[in-house]
Amino acid sequence: MSKPPQDRFIGGKQSYESIDRKIGRVVLDQKSHPPIWLITFAMAFLLVQVLGGAVLWLLYKGVGIWGINQPAGWGFDIINFVWWIGIGHAGTLISAVLLLMRQQWRNSINRFAEAMTIFAVMCAGMYPLLHTGRPWVAYWLMPIGPNTLGMWPQFRSPLVWDVFAVSTYMTVSALFWFVGLIPDFATLRDRAKNKIVQVVFGMLAMGWRGSVRHWLRYETAYLILAGLSTPLVLSVHSIVSFDFAVSIVPGWHTTIFPPYFVAGAIYAGFAMVLTLAIPMRAWYKLKDFITDKHIDWMAKVMLATGLIVFYGYILEVFFGWYSGNTYEIAMIKNRMTGPYAPFYWSLITCNGIVPQLLWIPKVRRCYPAIFVISQFVTIGMWLERFIIIPVSLHRDFLPSSWGMYIPSFWDIAMFVGTIGFFIMMMFLFVRFLPMINIFEMKELWQRQQQAEHADHADVGAGPVPAHDAAGAGHDKENAQ
Amino acid sequence: MSQLFKPSMNTLARVSLSCALIVPGALVVGLSSITRSPYNTKVEVPLDQPVPFSHTHHADELGIDCRYCHSSVEKSGFAGIPPSHTCMSCHSQIWTNSPLLEPVRESYEKDIPLVWNRVNKVPDFVYFDHSIHIAKGVNCNVCHGPVQKMQMTWKGKPFFMSWCLDCHRDPGKYIRPKDEVFGLFRKYQESSKGANLTGSEYSLMATAHYKPSKEDQARGRKLVQEYGIKVETLSDCYICHR
Repeated sequence: MSKPPQDRFIGGKQSYESIDRKIGRVVLDQKSHPPIWLITFAMAFLLVQVLGGAVLWLLYKGVGIWGINQPAGWGFDIINFVWWIGIGHAGTLISAVLLLMRQQWRNSINRFAEAMTIFAVMCAGMYPLLHTGRPWVAYWLMPIGPNTLGMWPQFRSPLVWDVFAVSTYMTVSALFWFVGLIPDFATLRDRAKNKIVQVVFGMLAMGWRGSVRHWLRYETAYLILAGLSTPLVLSVHSIVSFDFAVSIVPGWHTTIFPPYFVAGAIYAGFAMVLTLAIPMRAWYKLKDFITDKHIDWMAKVMLATGLIVFYGYILEVFFGWYSGNTYEIAMIKNRMTGPYAPFYWSLITCNGIVPQLLWIPKVRRCYPAIFVISQFVTIGMWLERFIIIPVSLHRDFLPSSWGMYIPSFWDIAMFVGTIGFFIMMMFLFVRFLPMINIFEMKELWQRQQQAEHADHADVGAGPVPAHDAAGAGHDKENAQ
Repeated sequence: MSQLFKPSMNTLARVSLSCALIVPGALVVGLSSITRSPYNTKVEVPLDQPVPFSHTHHADELGIDCRYCHSSVEKSGFAGIPPSHTCMSCHSQIWTNSPLLEPVRESYEKDIPLVWNRVNKVPDFVYFDHSIHIAKGVNCNVCHGPVQKMQMTWKGKPFFMSWCLDCHRDPGKYIRPKDEVFGLFRKYQESSKGANLTGSEYSLMATAHYKPSKEDQARGRKLVQEYGIKVETLSDCYICHR
C-alpha cells in the first residue's frame, strides 16, 4: 500500500507534466484567478495610496507628525521596523537552513516564504530611512569615503551595524530568490503560448537550457547562497536586538535579547507564512503541494519558537527580580501594572497562552483555528515590540521626564499602508511568478516515487520514471 | 518551437551584464564630481549684486581695511554687512553722481537697506562665530579666498564639512600670530602688491590656493599649544552643531 496521502509532501496522482501544469497555470492562465484576488488586491492598492500620502506628508512636515516625543523618541517607526524584519526571517530559515539540513518539506513553501521575506524587508526598510527625518541623505549611513563630510559613520554604534545587516539581508535574499527562480522561468518560457510572455520569461531565465553543466553550476551557486543566508537568519535579528541591548535603558539592557529576538522573528515569520499559505492553497487548489503535513509541521515550528519566546518573557521578569536593581524592578512593575498594562497582558495572552492550543493534534488539523492562532501570534509579536520600545522609554530615570506615547493618525496610516504594500506585492507575486518551486517539486516527486516503489514494488503507486541521476534535469527535454 | 531570441541577443546580454557593473560605478563617480564642482559649491562663481561692488577696487587698489566695512568681525559671530551709511561716508564726496551708485543713494535717502545676495552661507544647523577665528589668528583669506582680487565677489572655499574639519582636526595648519590677520594685509599693501611677502604669504593673499609653508605650520602648532586650544575636543559634534 502506498502511504496515506496526508503523510506525503506531494498529494494526489502527479506526473512531471501535471506538476508543471498545476503550478504554471496560476501564472500562465490569467483566467484561473478567483475574484477574491482582485478584491484583495484592490483593497491593498488603496492602502498603498494611504502609505504614499502618509510618506509625502511626512517628507513635507517632518517626523513631528508622528506620536514620538521626549522621552519616547522611538515609537511606531521602530516597532514596525522590527516587526516587519522579524516576519521576513521565516523565509530565510525555510529557504536556507532547511535546505542545508536537507529538509525536503521546505520545497513547496520556500519560494513563497522567500517572496514574503523580500517584501517584509522592503516594508521594514522604509521605517528607519524615514525616521531619520532626512531620507535624502540616507547615504550618510554607508561608509562612503572620501566624502564631503570628512566623517565615517560611528562604527561603535549598533545602528550602523544594522544598516549593514539589513542591506546584506535584502541583497542576499533577493539574489537567492532570483537564482531559485531561474529554472522555473525556463519552464514557464517553454510552456507559455503568448510571444510576449515567452520573451519576458526568456530574458529572466537568462538562457537556461537545463544542460548538465547548467545544473551542476546552478546547484553549487544555490548551495553557496544558502550558506551565505544561513548566518543571516541569526545575525540580522541579533543585530536588531543590539540596537536595544547595547543601550542602558531598563527593559532594553538585557543579555537574552539576541536569541529571544531571533526566536521571536521565526515565530512571527511562520505565523505569516501560515496566514498566507492557508488561503492561497485553497484559492489556487494547491493542496497537493502544500499538504496537510506541511501545515502541521509549520504549526509545530511555530509552537516550538513560541515556547522559546514565552521563556524569554518569563526570564525577563526573573531577571528584573533577581537583579535587585531599582530601575529593573520598576520597569517590570510598570509593564505589569503601569499605564500600558493591558498591552502587556495581551502580549502574554497572544504569544504565550493562545499558541499552547497547538499542542493538540486536532487543532493543528483545523485550518481556521491555525489561521486564527497565527493572527494572535502576529498581533502578539507586534505588541512585544510595543512593550519593548515605547513602554521602556516612557518612564525615564527621572520622574520629571516621564511621559506617555500615543501614536498619531499618521503613525497608524503608515503602518496600515505598509500592510497594504506587503499584501499588494504578495498578490502580484502570486499572479506573475510561480509561487511554488516547480523544479524542486519534480525532484521531490521523483524521490517520493522511487521510495514508494522500492518499498512496495508489488503494488506500484503511479508511473515510475526511469531517469537519470540528475533528477530535476527534466527541463532540458522541454528546452528549445 | 522557433528560436525565441536571435544570436545577437547574446551580445546584448553581455553588454547589459557589464552595464550592471559600470552604471553604478559611473553614478558614484558622476554624482561625487557634481557635488564637488562649482555647479554645486558655487566656488569661484561670482553672484549678481544690486550694486556691482568691487573688492579689487576698494581693498586692493585703495587699500581699505576689511574692518572698515565688516566692522563686527573681531567682536561678534557675524562679520557684518555694511549699512549704506558706510558707503556714503566716502560716496557723499566722490562719485556722487555715478549711476552705478544710484541704489546706494536711494537706500540711504529712504533708509531702506540694500538687499545684497549672500555669497558665503553656512546652514542654520551650524554654529559659526567669526570673532573666535580672528582672535586665534585665522586669516580672512584662509576661508574666503583672495577677496582683494575679486571684482564681483565669489565664494572662496566649498564649505564642506570635511573642509571645516581639515582645520579643526589640525588647527596648527592655519593658526598664525594674531597681528598677522590684518597685519598681512598691510604688509601686502605696503610692499607694492606682495614683493616682500614669502611664497606662502603670497599664495594666501593673492591666489586661490593657499600653500602654508612647513615653517608656518610648525609656528602654528606652537601657537596652538600657547593659546591652549584643546584640539582633541575641537572636532566634537557639539562644537559646531549646538
